[in-house]
Amino acid sequence: MAHDHDDEHDHAHEDPASRALALRAEALEALLVERGLVKREAIDAIVARYEHEIGPLNGARVVARAWSDAAFKQRLLADAWGAIRELGLTTGAENAPIVVVENTPGVHNVVVCTLCSCYPGALLGLPPTWYKSPPYRARMVREPRAVLRELGLELPESTELRVWDSSAEIRYMVLPERPPGSESTSEQQLVPLVSRDALIGVARAGAPRE
Amino acid sequence: MSDGAAREPGVRGGVLAFEGPLSPPRKNGELQFAALWESRVFGLTMSLHEAGAFAWSEFQAELIAAIGAFERAHPSAGDDRYWERWLEAFETLAAKRRLLPPGALEARVATLAARPAGWDHAAPAS
Repeated sequence: MAHDHDDEHDHAHEDPASRALALRAEALEALLVERGLVKREAIDAIVARYEHEIGPLNGARVVARAWSDAAFKQRLLADAWGAIRELGLTTGAENAPIVVVENTPGVHNVVVCTLCSCYPGALLGLPPTWYKSPPYRARMVREPRAVLRELGLELPESTELRVWDSSAEIRYMVLPERPPGSESTSEQQLVPLVSRDALIGVARAGAPRE
Repeated sequence: MSDGAAREPGVRGGVLAFEGPLSPPRKNGELQFAALWESRVFGLTMSLHEAGAFAWSEFQAELIAAIGAFERAHPSAGDDRYWERWLEAFETLAAKRRLLPPGALEARVATLAARPAGWDHAAPAS
């Protein structure tokens, strides 16, 4: 099954610069496979895992539990990985400390990584393209309210805004406010209300469906 | 939730001098990799890390350096070159960690580049 990705061949390499990059990546993979340092199947599995399995679902499950179980929420805010492991979620390759920051009616949290693109991948999957963009990284620090407004999140002036700068040493995930009207919603039904954007802090959790 | 220096919100490092409108894709499940090679080099890096070839912090340091150098040289560039920086960081780390013999990469790139056009589309359909 090695190399079964050929059927999804992209033709970006027809542009000479892209072709050169694709050749370098192909050469690196071939050489490291030949040297026995890595297996193609392992690369296939990791790509599939990050593309399809480790979505924001894991983070959403953590949030739904915190909304449903006050004691769990306290443990989550005190020792995030400890609480997350209670749900049977594994940290994967990344085990950087993670801090969960709670939104309240008076405080809104948002996460950025000004230096590169640090992101709690085990909980949120791959970062969205805009998270890695220089404008987001620079402006979220300088004018967070304006950036959030552009992203469709209008916050009252009275809301305190806290911007958390992720790093290799520490990552952040936002615990959004439980949506109004979801008081009787079950934990399982709460999960799909928690979007990736809500976990980064650029959106609110969704409203429950009737 | 209280105290602890690690919880202080705020800014670390310099504020980058970039302006520009944000037009982020708003959907979950957006295409993350624009080209196949991007996903391969991502998977390659993660696989080697998981196999213990290097610590994640080592790779991250190279990535920060590569992105920093690129942004200083191209102050108005967007993020569409992100995976190039990743590839560059990986090459640097692979060389430092001697995962490849010196010159091997360039030699292999030359070999691959010399393949006849259409080599990968030549197989019969059935």
